Amino acid sequence: MAYSTKVLDHYNNPRNVGSFDRADPTVGTGIVGAPECGDVMKLQIKVDPVTGRIEDARFKTFGCGSAIASSSLATEWLKGKTIDEARDIRNTSIVEELSLPPVKVHCSVLAEDAIKAAIKDYQDKQANLVGSAATAAS
Amino acid sequence: MVKTPIYMDNNATTRTDPRVVQAMLPYFTEFYGNAASRNHSFGWKAEEAVEQAREQVGSLIGAGAKEVIFTSGATESNNLAIKGVASMYKKKGNHVITAVTEHKAVIDPCKRLERDGYHVTFLPVDKFGRVSAEQVAAALTDKTILVSLMAANNEIGTLHPIKEIGKVCKQKGVLFHTDAVQMVGKVPLDVDEMGIDLLSLSAHKIYGPKGVGALYVRRKDPRVRLDPLIDGGGHERGMRSGTLAVTNIVGLGLAAELCRKELDVEAKRLIGLRERLKKGIEAELGDVYLNGHPTERLPGNMNLSFAFVEGEALMMGIKDVAVSSGSACTSASLEPSYVLKALGVGDELAHSSIRFGLGRFNTEEEVDFVIDDVVRAVNHLRAMSPLFEMHKQGIDLKTVQWAAH
Repeated sequence: MAYSTKVLDHYNNPRNVGSFDRADPTVGTGIVGAPECGDVMKLQIKVDPVTGRIEDARFKTFGCGSAIASSSLATEWLKGKTIDEARDIRNTSIVEELSLPPVKVHCSVLAEDAIKAAIKDYQDKQANLVGSAATAAS
Repeated sequence: MVKTPIYMDNNATTRTDPRVVQAMLPYFTEFYGNAASRNHSFGWKAEEAVEQAREQVGSLIGAGAKEVIFTSGATESNNLAIKGVASMYKKKGNHVITAVTEHKAVIDPCKRLERDGYHVTFLPVDKFGRVSAEQVAAALTDKTILVSLMAANNEIGTLHPIKEIGKVCKQKGVLFHTDAVQMVGKVPLDVDEMGIDLLSLSAHKIYGPKGVGALYVRRKDPRVRLDPLIDGGGHERGMRSGTLAVTNIVGLGLAAELCRKELDVEAKRLIGLRERLKKGIEAELGDVYLNGHPTERLPGNMNLSFAFVEGEALMMGIKDVAVSSGSACTSASLEPSYVLKALGVGDELAHSSIRFGLGRFNTEEEVDFVIDDVVRAVNHLRAMSPLFEMHKQGIDLKTVQWAAH
């Protein structure tokens, strides 16, 4: 089974590898998968507090080439999107873009899960901030 | 510059030795008779070639020529040994002993026996992948008719204490079969000295052609009998009917002879290459773990786990080098290697494993190329591994609550 050109490109030149400070309130972190399952994805978004848009994204992935490519592609797609737009990213679009074979579809599912987990983490943080601000004000 | 791609997957199969190919060629176009044709020179010539090959295969394992049955390969040999013995000796007993790390060509016939009402004990292995003679002795019952344990493991290269196990079987009068596909021609082996009653081997693992193998069946002390799997013209003492694949058998014969003559020198050379590979990688990378036994292993086999990187991704990074991985992603089942799991190394290290299989045609230059390539790829992948990042932060990965999917 040969890898698609796009998978190879993301594997050889992964986009947006790295990490943001997890404690930063403008950062949302999603970690999905488990080492014993053979893949772990960490995906982070950094949201501009003024525009509400994702200004930057980072990933680190332990997994096969398709898992690396799925998460690398996800970070590219996330940049510039609003939270709602980001939530609409579907694994099927990743499958299509990277021409993933059926046996690798789970890699794209993991990427979608990571996006959702990162968004949830960001929104939980924001809710806590609002909550604590309200507590402080009263 | 070394020529790429580099083949370093010799536990999967080997390149046919050009000397073997040369010896086979005339049997396609000149001496193409049926070895069972008794009444003309074409048949005699073919029969002569087959009998010479039988001698050559026998000599490699310390057996007589008449004890060698030609088959289509080791999968058939294993099936014939296990099912053939089980069927022939079913009045004597219904218990078979094997191990969890056997090749599927042994495990699956044993599972079929279970479905047919036999009782099979799958022995566990120690952290090096070994079964001890004591374990075998403890598992034997008065219903045991066969012990089937591989001589060397195909994934991790671990050698079983065959001689000690053979002794235990002999004492109890139980037949001993060994799948010796990986060990034959690589490590000295003698069926009498090791108490082996049945032995499977394959040509394509010893620089011969694919599609041919043999089963050694002991003829005396004790005389082993088998129910055939394939009925027909009564070839191979009635144990395996079907026109003999003369060309392939000639190839197997010469491949066996070359191994017998060159084994000592070749084993030393391969151990040298193996250790060069290991030292070279370990000098540049931390958190690399050897799977299998440090010394009791096949000369050419080196199975390493590179923590924090996934095996298939690593293979993608060393695309000019052909190796194998125990990673789930390289298998159709999406399950990591059952052999590595049986060692208790943890699934995450199974996912991170690479099997390097060195062979006759590998060179020092190739090993050096592979060292550089592996080091580069592992560093590339660790730089983007969340596990490596956590490890560097001092987080114990075993204490993390993973959101498993």
